[in-house]
Amino acid sequence: MTAALRFDPIRLPPECEKLRKEVRAFLAEEIAAGTFDPHKPNREDTDAPEFSRRVGAKGWLGMTWPKKYGGHERSFLERYVVTEEMRVANAPTRRFFVADRQSGPVLLKYAPENIKMDILPRICRGEVCFAIGMSEPNSGSDLFAAKTKATKTDGGYLINGTKIWTSSAHIADYMIAIFRTSPPTKENRRHGLTQFLVKMKQPGIQVNPIGQITGQYEFNEVVFTDFFVPEDHVLGEVDGAWKQATSELAYERSGPERFLETYYVLTELVRAVGKNPDTRSAEGIGRLVAQLHTMRRMSVSVAGMLQAGKEPVVEASIVKDIGTVWEQALPHRVRDLAAFVDPDASNHETLENQLSFAIKTAPKLTIQGGTTEVLRGIIARGLGLR
Amino acid sequence: MAESENIVAETAEKIFADLADAQTINRDKKGAWKAPLWQALSEAGLPLSWVPEDCGGSGASMAEGFSVLSAAGRFAVAVPLAETMLAGWLLAQVKITSPDGEMTVAPASPKDRITLNADRSLSGRARGVPFAKAAKHIAVLANGAGGLSIALVKAGDCRIEAGLNLGGDDNDTVTFDKVTPVTVKPAPQGFDHNALLLMGGVARSLQIAGALESMLDISVRYSNERVAFEKKISKFQAVQHNLARLAGESAAALAAATSAADAIANSTSFNDEVFLEAASAKIRCAEAAEKGGAIAHQVHGAIGFTIEHILHRYSLRALGWRDDFGSESYWAVELGKLVAARGADELWPLVASR
Repeated sequence: MTAALRFDPIRLPPECEKLRKEVRAFLAEEIAAGTFDPHKPNREDTDAPEFSRRVGAKGWLGMTWPKKYGGHERSFLERYVVTEEMRVANAPTRRFFVADRQSGPVLLKYAPENIKMDILPRICRGEVCFAIGMSEPNSGSDLFAAKTKATKTDGGYLINGTKIWTSSAHIADYMIAIFRTSPPTKENRRHGLTQFLVKMKQPGIQVNPIGQITGQYEFNEVVFTDFFVPEDHVLGEVDGAWKQATSELAYERSGPERFLETYYVLTELVRAVGKNPDTRSAEGIGRLVAQLHTMRRMSVSVAGMLQAGKEPVVEASIVKDIGTVWEQALPHRVRDLAAFVDPDASNHETLENQLSFAIKTAPKLTIQGGTTEVLRGIIARGLGLR
Repeated sequence: MAESENIVAETAEKIFADLADAQTINRDKKGAWKAPLWQALSEAGLPLSWVPEDCGGSGASMAEGFSVLSAAGRFAVAVPLAETMLAGWLLAQVKITSPDGEMTVAPASPKDRITLNADRSLSGRARGVPFAKAAKHIAVLANGAGGLSIALVKAGDCRIEAGLNLGGDDNDTVTFDKVTPVTVKPAPQGFDHNALLLMGGVARSLQIAGALESMLDISVRYSNERVAFEKKISKFQAVQHNLARLAGESAAALAAATSAADAIANSTSFNDEVFLEAASAKIRCAEAAEKGGAIAHQVHGAIGFTIEHILHRYSLRALGWRDDFGSESYWAVELGKLVAARGADELWPLVASR
């Protein structure tokens, strides 16, 4: 038999439901106070530093990390609940999301103690924003083609080169980036890249915003010119970043953010069709809800496996593949179903605006954080085909 | 539940491996494999898994019974195992003792209704009843003046018009023309047609998910054997990506079906949350049967289209099972109506209810 895929029916434990109520109450207060409008995912300014601090104060950042670093030692399933409630409410999570999901865990694993003690508590308080410096102008999916150089100098490294498509670099306090410390070897083309912690907003770093087809400016070009990074900002093994990448993918790839990005159009469609939908609308909605429910079950199952200390890399890649393809198609399916909705329905304008934004957002969903093609390659490897 | 701890599923798996080998069955044009398989399953008490011991069954848990169906799907088992289990489960709702031998359930389609007449006889027609011709008894959910009843009927007392599903298994029309049941009892409070259809739908979902697991397995194996353009076809990226998508469909079916089974096993009623689970499983597994089955055939090329190859045992059965106990279109409409009636702001709380 092929190595069997596992998606055990994991249920959220009772403490999660209590937490969910707290998160919903908190978000309702924030909405009432005007922090954000849940019906408007297309707002131009998605940065909300004060909101980020209030989320930190609630104890919802660094939830699974050790208490000595400001964390809360709660479960992945509890973090899952916070993440999905924030996403469904269209809360402005931009400032803290990357640090909480990805950068913090990398620091926990690879940073020296002094840096952990300095930065992790600030992530937990919602004070610092992180960016991820992976792609370069000629190195996207082919991560190991990165050329931005880190040259050894007294007490550290000098960085020269350009990162691109770097989300949030314009507001980020830190970036975790990979730079080339050695050329690749004949035996291993992945050799020679090292992971670094970079303090942003300093001379030697220039951040150039790049406009997106949605009208937003979320990603950037980041140019490094003789930028100095101290020795203790090396994360993990010099020349060995490739060994560090894979185990984190399961965290990054299977969360609720991988299928809920355009969820809001489905809610609004249900509102527009009303309590007694025609057969066509009912069938369309029913199918979409069944697909959504299935993906959430898969995603919760992966979270449960992570909590149990497993590394379900293939399962996580499957969740992201299916989830992103679905959330990309969702606005188009909703548009189909909305074609015969009464244009005088009270939320018609909201739905139209949301559809317009979601349709423009859709193309990026199967590109960011690992393209569909890369994911299917990983799944194929897991099946024993490569 | 880990499968290694599930002795019931292990027993089933072993019987299928010994007596339901796809190659052997595919070569046996006379159906000589059927009787020994059924006998072994019966001796192990598997067809009456869901029947308590005091009603003549083996009293396995719901979860154990569901795992038997997953295994049955992996082997594309074509004897009335799922049907007898469902019939036993239905009869056990009102403590009617299950008889020996093959059984099935009626109605198996959302539009059909069987009437319990004032003289205690049954009238009506049920279409698409799986394995009715092979069954000795039929468990019937009937509508009477006083509400729903559950009845045990001798199959020989009914008129049965034989039909076949896509996989070539019996799928018959059963006409009840003033048939007097062996036993009839009022259904428990809260039990309705949806409960029977959803339970049947989850059984089919597990079988489809199991069949997809096997389709993935044999497709991966074949791609690692077959050489074209001087290399194994598994080395072509286009083939790899197709198989990755098949893995995704198989995974989705598995997750949806096992989650729904778990929801039913741990719930005392068919509430909205269980409805979401069970209806979603049938919808998503049916979609996966279409998409995944198409990829399995694509990978196999012409050989997979031959009667000699075993692929059709899984692919056609998975497609055929979509039609039983309400198709994906039927359940999508029902689920859509439920979601709309609850209202837009109650959709997420429903999805995130567990």
